[in-house]
Amino acid sequence: MTRSISRAPWILALLCLLSAGAARAQLTIEIVGGGATTIPIAIVPFASDVYPLSTTAVVSADLARSGLFKLVDAGGVVPRPSRAEQVRYSDWTSRGADAVVVGSMTPQPDGRVEVRFALLDTVKQGELAGVTYVVQPAQLRATAHRIADVIYEKLTGDAGVFSTRIAYIAKQGPRYELLVAEADGFNPQSIVSSNEPLLSPVWSPDGTRIAYVSLENKKPVVYVQSLSTGGRQVIANFRGSNSAPAWSPDSSRLVVTLTKDGGSQLYLINADGSGVQRLTSSGGIDTEANFAADGRSVLFTSDRGGSPQIYRLTLGGGAIERMTYDGSYNVSPRNLPDGRGFVFVRRDGGRFNIALQDFATRQVQVLTQGSLDESPSVAPNGKLIIYASETGGRGILAAVSSDGRVKQRLTAAASDVREPAWGPLLK
Amino acid sequence: MQASVQKLLISALFASLLAACGTTPTTDSGAPVEDRNVGSGTTGAATSGTATGNVAGTATGSQGNRLRDPNSILSKRSVYFDFDSYEVKDDYKPLIDAHARYLQGERNGRMTIQGNTDERGSREYNIALGQRRADAVKKMMMLLGATEAQIETVSFGKEKPRNSGHDEGAWTENRRDDFVYRGE
Repeated sequence: MTRSISRAPWILALLCLLSAGAARAQLTIEIVGGGATTIPIAIVPFASDVYPLSTTAVVSADLARSGLFKLVDAGGVVPRPSRAEQVRYSDWTSRGADAVVVGSMTPQPDGRVEVRFALLDTVKQGELAGVTYVVQPAQLRATAHRIADVIYEKLTGDAGVFSTRIAYIAKQGPRYELLVAEADGFNPQSIVSSNEPLLSPVWSPDGTRIAYVSLENKKPVVYVQSLSTGGRQVIANFRGSNSAPAWSPDSSRLVVTLTKDGGSQLYLINADGSGVQRLTSSGGIDTEANFAADGRSVLFTSDRGGSPQIYRLTLGGGAIERMTYDGSYNVSPRNLPDGRGFVFVRRDGGRFNIALQDFATRQVQVLTQGSLDESPSVAPNGKLIIYASETGGRGILAAVSSDGRVKQRLTAAASDVREPAWGPLLK
Repeated sequence: MQASVQKLLISALFASLLAACGTTPTTDSGAPVEDRNVGSGTTGAATSGTATGNVAGTATGSQGNRLRDPNSILSKRSVYFDFDSYEVKDDYKPLIDAHARYLQGERNGRMTIQGNTDERGSREYNIALGQRRADAVKKMMMLLGATEAQIETVSFGKEKPRNSGHDEGAWTENRRDDFVYRGE
């Protein structure tokens, strides 16, 4: 069953398309599979939620999209509660809601809005969270995502990622665009556009910059671009190809793949392009580096053993260990933030799928069922993996939970979307 | 609730449209670009994809004519590969030999070999595979008289397919090296 969750992005996308010839690739998200257990939650429309983008609706859509919540009808309770002390628990337990959210919005004399909400446990009959924000009206959408993050964290124990951003590449005709959007696909902003391919965007862990590869100079060159100023810098343009950037956890350095000394090999380079230092020396291909969260090692793809497999390089010592053995094509490794394992792309009988391998047990779980799934990127809470897929010859983005149960599909009208990169948690 | 959401959306759209639908990228105004390694060219993040840097220059005179003469083997510029392979097939050895000898005779001649792959598999791994295809031909040309300085090898991976189809015919066409001389 396919359930359309958020109508708003679709409408916005359509109007963009009508109003501007070159509309940005707005993503529409659908859930195509749900969690094992869902938490029934009632979200009571906030009092005076009269602003153009309904805060209650954004919070509800965020939680529903995660696949971990079941929204319980909150209509018909009179009087409608907007504060914790107004909640009669029996109203909500009788509807099967384990949790209820109430809130209110109050305009301030200076034009800002006070947004106040409370999350209540109807079983234990107590308040789990209560936060008040005073924000500009333009910040209401961001505030709604923060509220959803608080609710998600309180009820699941994991950090919410509704306030994060995603980057991706959209191809429309001959035009390539690197876009940054909110995690729910809203407000895509063009970061760079080109008539030549763009690929491999990666966020600096501090969220200020994106590194990517552009072919605009008739060869792959690695750029780092600031999101605040839009200014960018070439950080690797050596003889040959320069590609596959990966940030260190402290955002000071990157590992890139260079061919300047013959063959594709890994090099460490400062974020300003200085201080190039060779990391690997194999006769084969070494590429697609990805740092562990502790910064002590990188996973990478190498064909040193005859077929492309995933290896781990310990920095400092230089020890290299093969991680994958099953199958003849295992590529694009990305560490999970908790250090428990990694996701990667494996080819099996001509199909390419996203899989997860545990470091300790070496057990592999295949998470996706497409035919051309690639470019995985892990959400900063480790719970969702966004990746590129394909349907009817067109590129789409999809997301899957790290247990393989929740599946989302993100499509953009009239454009090919690919190369997703999940941004860091807001500090 | 749903109805009021929709109603509110309408008024929101005018505000959102301004924010979301402008066609001017944040960087179109000419983002400062510090191209420490690039020869010249890009001054903003929005690019038109013009050739700059190492491969740019001018091929002039008789050498340029020989390269363009359709009756000359030098006008042929592509070498094709099997799936998952960077082995240069015997059929292409005369072509590679001709270009190597041309470079040997024109010591100022400079060539870029652009490696390409079919659409299957990881984008970055395909960049590396294309690079290896380009390197394989370069190695052969160096054995046949060209010098290291004359040939730069780069890869487009699967990013610039000659044939945009999704079948074996398209893939065969896309597993390819192209030779581009400086100034072309």
